[in-house]
Amino acid sequence: MGTSHQGTGASDGLFLGPVRRLGHAAAARTATGSVETERAALQAAIAQSVADLATLMERVDGEAQDILGFQVAMLEDDALAAPADTAIDGGTPAHVAWSDALDGEIAGYEASEDDYFRARAADLRDIRDRVLRHLSGDGATAGTIGAALLGEDIAPTTFLETDWSGGGAIVLMRGSTTSHVAMLARARGIPMVVGLGALPEHVTVIAVDGGSGTVITNPDEAQRARFSAALAAESEARGLDERFRFAPATRQDGTRIDILINVAGVEELDHIDPASCDGIGLMRSEFLFRDGAPLPDEDTQYRAYRRFVEWAAGRPVTIRTLDIGGDKPVRGLTPDGEANPFLGLRGVRLTLAREDVFRTQLRALARAAVHGNLKVMVPMVTVPEELSRSAALFDACVAELAAQGIACDRPPLGIMVEVPAVAVMPDLFSAAAFFSIGSNDLTQYVTAASRDDARVASLNDPAHPAVRALIAKVAQYGRAAGIPVSLCGDMASEPRHLAALLEAGLTSLSVAPARIARLKAAIAGL
Amino acid sequence: MSETANGSVVITHDVGLHARPSVKLTKLAKGFASTLEIAGTAEGPWIDAKSIVKVMAMKAKQDSTLFVRAAGVDAQAAVDAVISLVRRDFDEAGDGH
Repeated sequence: MGTSHQGTGASDGLFLGPVRRLGHAAAARTATGSVETERAALQAAIAQSVADLATLMERVDGEAQDILGFQVAMLEDDALAAPADTAIDGGTPAHVAWSDALDGEIAGYEASEDDYFRARAADLRDIRDRVLRHLSGDGATAGTIGAALLGEDIAPTTFLETDWSGGGAIVLMRGSTTSHVAMLARARGIPMVVGLGALPEHVTVIAVDGGSGTVITNPDEAQRARFSAALAAESEARGLDERFRFAPATRQDGTRIDILINVAGVEELDHIDPASCDGIGLMRSEFLFRDGAPLPDEDTQYRAYRRFVEWAAGRPVTIRTLDIGGDKPVRGLTPDGEANPFLGLRGVRLTLAREDVFRTQLRALARAAVHGNLKVMVPMVTVPEELSRSAALFDACVAELAAQGIACDRPPLGIMVEVPAVAVMPDLFSAAAFFSIGSNDLTQYVTAASRDDARVASLNDPAHPAVRALIAKVAQYGRAAGIPVSLCGDMASEPRHLAALLEAGLTSLSVAPARIARLKAAIAGL
Repeated sequence: MSETANGSVVITHDVGLHARPSVKLTKLAKGFASTLEIAGTAEGPWIDAKSIVKVMAMKAKQDSTLFVRAAGVDAQAAVDAVISLVRRDFDEAGDGH
C-alpha cells in the first residue's frame, strides 16, 4: 500500500501519474574519461542552455525577461566556466567540475549581506541545474509531459518551460502557496501541493489532490482505482462545464452575470482566451514588486499594464494599486517588525506614506489607460480621505504627464471594500467610481479570524451571516447610487456561496481563470 | 593609435551594480575595442568590465565609488560611456527618481 502524505494545497485539482524528480539529473551521467570530450560536452551543454533561455525569453515579459537575460549573460561569459575548465584539464568529469565551480559562485552570493545579491543565488542554482540537465542528456523539458514534478522547491523558469499541455502536477517538500509558481499553477489549473516535508527517495507513481493537500506515493492497485474514479468524475464534470466557457454567464431567469478574472502575472495571459471572460476584475500589481528585487520603474510598469489592457481588447481591466504589507512584505517598502501587520501599514495606507512609489505607479497607469478600457482601484481604504487623496494625486500625475506631452488618460478610480468600516457605511464613499468587494480580507476582518491559523480557520467563514449582510448592503447601496459593484475574493469561485451572492444582488464576479467554466456552469443552474 | 583613460563615478542606482545594471554595463563595455576595467578603490583590484561574472562578484552597492580605466584605440570614449551610464542610473529610474 502506498503512503499518504499531508501537505498544504496550493492549487486545486487531481492528478495520478508518473513522477519526474527535480534537480537530480547529474547523478545519471557517466564521465567519458577524456579531457577533450568532457570539455566539449560542457561547452555544448552551456550552448544548449543559452538556446533554451533564448527561446523562453520570447514567451515572457517584464521581470521574467530580465531574469532570463541575466542568466544568458552569465552563461555567455567564459569566466563562469573557467574554473570548471581548469578542473576538467586536471581530470575531473565535466558535471562534477561544473557543479563545483557553480557551487563556489553560489556560496559567494549566499554569503552577501545584501538581500539583492543574496537573491541571485537562486538564479545561479537555476543556471547550474540547467547545464547539468543538458550534460546528462536530459534536456530541460524532455519527458516531463504529463508528469508530476517532485522536488524540494521549483524555479519559476522550470514552470514556464514545462509543457503542461498533457497535464501534470507539482509536489514540493518545501515551497509556498503564495509563490509566483503557485499563482501560475492556479492560473493554469495545475494541481500543486507544498510543504510535504521528507518524501520517499523512490517514487515512480503519485496521486495528488491539490485541493486537500494530500498525496499518495506509489499507490497500490486499490488506491489507484479509487483515485481514478475520482479523477474520472472530476474530468466528466469539467467536460460538462467546458460547454459554458465561451457563452455569456446567464441565470435561469435570463439575468446576465459578468465573469471577470483575477490575474497576477503577464505570463498567465498566454493561456487564457479573452473571449472566455468579460474582462479582468482584479490585476494584482504586486507581482511587479518582488521581494528582493529592485522597484520597477515607470516604463517597466507601463509596459506591463499595457500588456493586460491590450490583451483584453476593449474589455474592462481593473488594476489594483500596490497592495503589499500584511502577509506580503517587500523589503525596503514595508515596515519591519510590525506587531500586527494585517492591521498595520498596508495597501493604500502604505502607498500614501510612500508618495514617490505611488506616483510612479499612477503615472504608469495613466499612460497605459490610453491603450484600452482601464480602471484603477485602491486597496484597504478605511476613510473617504484616502480615496480623495489618491484621486488628487492621480489628477496631479495626469496633469504632469499632459504638461510633458506624454499621452495619458485619467481612468475611473474605485475602491476595494474589505475594511468593515467601509462595508458598514458605503454611502461615505459615494465618490468612488466603483466598489470591488475583497471577500477574503473582509471575512478575516469581520470574523477577527485568520485563514492561515488552522485553529481558528473554521471561524473565518464567508458564509457568516454578518459577512453576507455586509455584502448585501454594499450591493444594495451601489444599485441605489448607480455605483457598479463586483466581488473578487475566493468565495466567488466556490459554488456553495454562489446562490447567496446572486441573491445579494451581485451581477459581477471575478475569479481565478481556471474557475471560469465551472462558475458559468453553476450560474446556468441557478 | 593606442591611448589610456580613467575616471570615477559614484553609483546612485538604488540597488547598486545589481543584475540588470550589470547586464547593461557589460553589454556596453563589449562594444569597445579597448580593454576596460573597473574597481571599487583607486588601487584596484581591477576587474574586466566585459565579464558579468566578475562585475557581479564585486557586489558594488549604492553610494560606493566606481573607478574606471581603459587602454586601447577608443579608451576615452569607453570610460566616458561607462561613467555616463552609471550617472544615468543605468537608464532605469528606481525608487525616488
